[in-house]
Amino acid sequence: MFGAHYKLERHSIGFALAIIVVASIGGLVEIAPLFTIDETVEEAPDMRVYTPLEQAGRDIYIREGCYACHSQMIRTLRDEVERYGPYSLAVESQYDHPMQWGSKRTGPDLARVGGKYSDEWHVAHLNNPRDVVPVSVMPAYSWLSRNTLDMSDFDLRLNALSKIGVPYSEEMIANAQADAYGQAMPNSDRAAGVVERYGEATNVRSFDGNPDRVTEMDALVAYLQVLGRLTDAAYRNDSEEALEE
Amino acid sequence: MVGQLTKTERQFGLAIAVLVTLLGLAMAAAGRQDLLGVHGLIVVAFGVGAAFLVISGAHLPEPAKERLAHYYDDPIKVGIILSMIWAIFGLFIGVWVAALLAWPELTFDAAWSSFGRLRPVHTTSVIFGFGGNALIATSFHVMQRTSRARMPDQLSPWFVLIGYNLFCVLAASGYFIGITQSKEYAEAEWYADLWLVVVWVTYLVLYLRTLARRQEPHIYVANWYYLAFILVVAMLHIVNGLAMPISLASAKSYPIFSGVQDAMVQWWYGHNAVAFFLTAGFLGMMYYYLPTRAGRPIFSYRLSIISFWGITFFYMWAGSHHLHYTALPHWVQTLGMTFSVMLLVPSWASAANALLTLNGAWHKVRDDATLRFMMVAAVFYGLSTFEGSFLAIRSVNSLSHYTDWTVGHVHAGALGWVALITFGAIYAVVPKLWNRKSMYSWKLVEVHFWLALAGTLVYVFAMWNSGIIQGLMWRTYNESGTLAYSFLESMIAMHPYYVARTFGGLLFLTGAAVGFYNIWKTIKEAPAVQEETAPDRPATMPARVGTVEAGE
Ligand code: HEC
Repeated sequence: MFGAHYKLERHSIGFALAIIVVASIGGLVEIAPLFTIDETVEEAPDMRVYTPLEQAGRDIYIREGCYACHSQMIRTLRDEVERYGPYSLAVESQYDHPMQWGSKRTGPDLARVGGKYSDEWHVAHLNNPRDVVPVSVMPAYSWLSRNTLDMSDFDLRLNALSKIGVPYSEEMIANAQADAYGQAMPNSDRAAGVVERYGEATNVRSFDGNPDRVTEMDALVAYLQVLGRLTDAAYRNDSEEALEE
Repeated sequence: MVGQLTKTERQFGLAIAVLVTLLGLAMAAAGRQDLLGVHGLIVVAFGVGAAFLVISGAHLPEPAKERLAHYYDDPIKVGIILSMIWAIFGLFIGVWVAALLAWPELTFDAAWSSFGRLRPVHTTSVIFGFGGNALIATSFHVMQRTSRARMPDQLSPWFVLIGYNLFCVLAASGYFIGITQSKEYAEAEWYADLWLVVVWVTYLVLYLRTLARRQEPHIYVANWYYLAFILVVAMLHIVNGLAMPISLASAKSYPIFSGVQDAMVQWWYGHNAVAFFLTAGFLGMMYYYLPTRAGRPIFSYRLSIISFWGITFFYMWAGSHHLHYTALPHWVQTLGMTFSVMLLVPSWASAANALLTLNGAWHKVRDDATLRFMMVAAVFYGLSTFEGSFLAIRSVNSLSHYTDWTVGHVHAGALGWVALITFGAIYAVVPKLWNRKSMYSWKLVEVHFWLALAGTLVYVFAMWNSGIIQGLMWRTYNESGTLAYSFLESMIAMHPYYVARTFGGLLFLTGAAVGFYNIWKTIKEAPAVQEETAPDRPATMPARVGTVEAGE
């Protein structure tokens, strides 16, 4: 073996090729099957896509780096399930490009935070967490209510997502701006289209409490309120046996 | 600088600079409604700056043929200085984000200065800015010395160095203004990612071309590691960076993978960025600077071979240990754990090889802080690889994951291993590059050493404490069978450790600033060596050298 190596290390191209081959094996064995094996992602026919407003909120979540402090992945451990709710299933992040599972919990897990608090709570909390939770170390995001939501490229966003596998219809893409506006403007004529395209369960309301315009706060709160609520699969799942202490 | 380039190289350099400027203009024009426009202007600034530099030296005479009898070290010098600038900047941001977790109000009411945006600026500046520039600079030094050959041309090393720094600037500035993919340690957007591919391929070709000119039959082990670093980082970067831009006029893109597949690709990338950027590259550094500084040959050639191939093979399986107990299929988690544990063998083989090399030179370790930097780095490498294998065990990971323990572990590696070996290598190479007898002040090297070591220890101990307390509080039950602590209680318990961690970081930053000052003074003031150190030259080239192909 050492003799062969003695020869190999006289050839730079050969050596480079050997590195590529040896380094490729692990990734191929672990990653390739994830795309082909059916059990990787569960079936959930009720799974819906994000509305344009929620997707915009998600993009803000990414932009602000919320993932640096919050996970969105409840592990199959008893204490996590008791603290945060049923453990996360793969299907729940099926349309998440990229996933936001996170790696650090400076703050609590957010996978099931949707519906846990009122909109007013979220707005006050994001505006300055210490107004609501005096000891909090979370940053204040006061500019979110000040910034009007820029919707100009929402059709492009949905279109790009549809190209990589999120099932947005052409109608959804064509109406992306109108739907984003309508979801945060319940009294506008555009509100009805959102429910029609994304389902009865869609939250249509002024999330930031300001009925005059659509802000980045509207989008982010709309996203937070839908976390863990795109499908009921996790609640239907018979979770007890998989749990570990 | 420009005087060293041949006339043809100056023309090519100018052409590239103009091309980059045009690209930047196109980005600025297409993206004028978008954040992309801001980055377009940065690219223009780089292009114009480079063009200006070339033009300002255009009148200089063609460099003398005599230069070919020397190594080409100018880009190395610039790389070392850039690396130190990034270090100070990145460490400063690190101390700031650490302080924010203890005192969240310590910032401005502005988006750019909030924790979530600063954190990737910190990681990118220290990993890619500081670490990457140090790797590129030292690899240029090592590949020439161990091949006893000069680099094949003078333009491509500059392209690699400046191009790489353009990438770092685009990445870090992007996070401030809200351009990010949120993929940890790969947050840069699609166009910056594409640019890095161009730079990286040039880097690989330059490396192989230099090796092809080598006057030694064998490729020295340090080069194996640098090669693995370049090749595997290219693989990781390309696969993990695959993304769909929403339009060519926008900075925004969506990664093509989603959910569980994205998680697996992300941590296959993330863990191997640790393996091939922060480990293999720096092992290359260690395998050259530690034995040369100690004046001892590497302890065992066979151990080098075993550990090299072990690391190259095993690491690539280990990423899934970041996803224990998640929605990732169980068999992948188990594979990741198994290989992570096995990784301990080649990792410790490397650490042992380094430390045993010092046998017979321990008096030098005592007296020479530069060598001591490298020795302590090897010890931290051994400790943190042990800890890494330990944390990859499922049941241990159930406690440590999501807590500060991981952060402490990363910094045992990043500060204790990566930064210390880099400082050691820089102190070893700076006097040589600038032709000085020694560093300006050996006492300041001592000061830096103790600040760095103390800072690392304070940091790591603080995070062990906070991480383990946090993990235990989350899973503790009352007698009545309910969870004993709220999340908030666990957060409040972290405060003293976050204060301590900030202090540790401040020590480390101060050390780096002392180092920067010392390096600056060495360049400006230290007495020069009178006669040239004779052996530090490439071997004389046989005539056919121009036609030699890579691989013999
Ligand atoms: C520096 C770390 C940090 C960052 C960055 C951060 N958070 Fe938090 N977050 C916390 C902490 C700590 C708490 C717990 C204390 C509290 O409720 O304020 C928290 C709590 C929360 C909660 C309440 C969760 C619950 O179940 O009670 C929500 C919702 C939330 N954060 C959303 C966000 C969003 C959205 C962002 C990005 C815009 C964000 N956080 C960024 C640290 C952070």
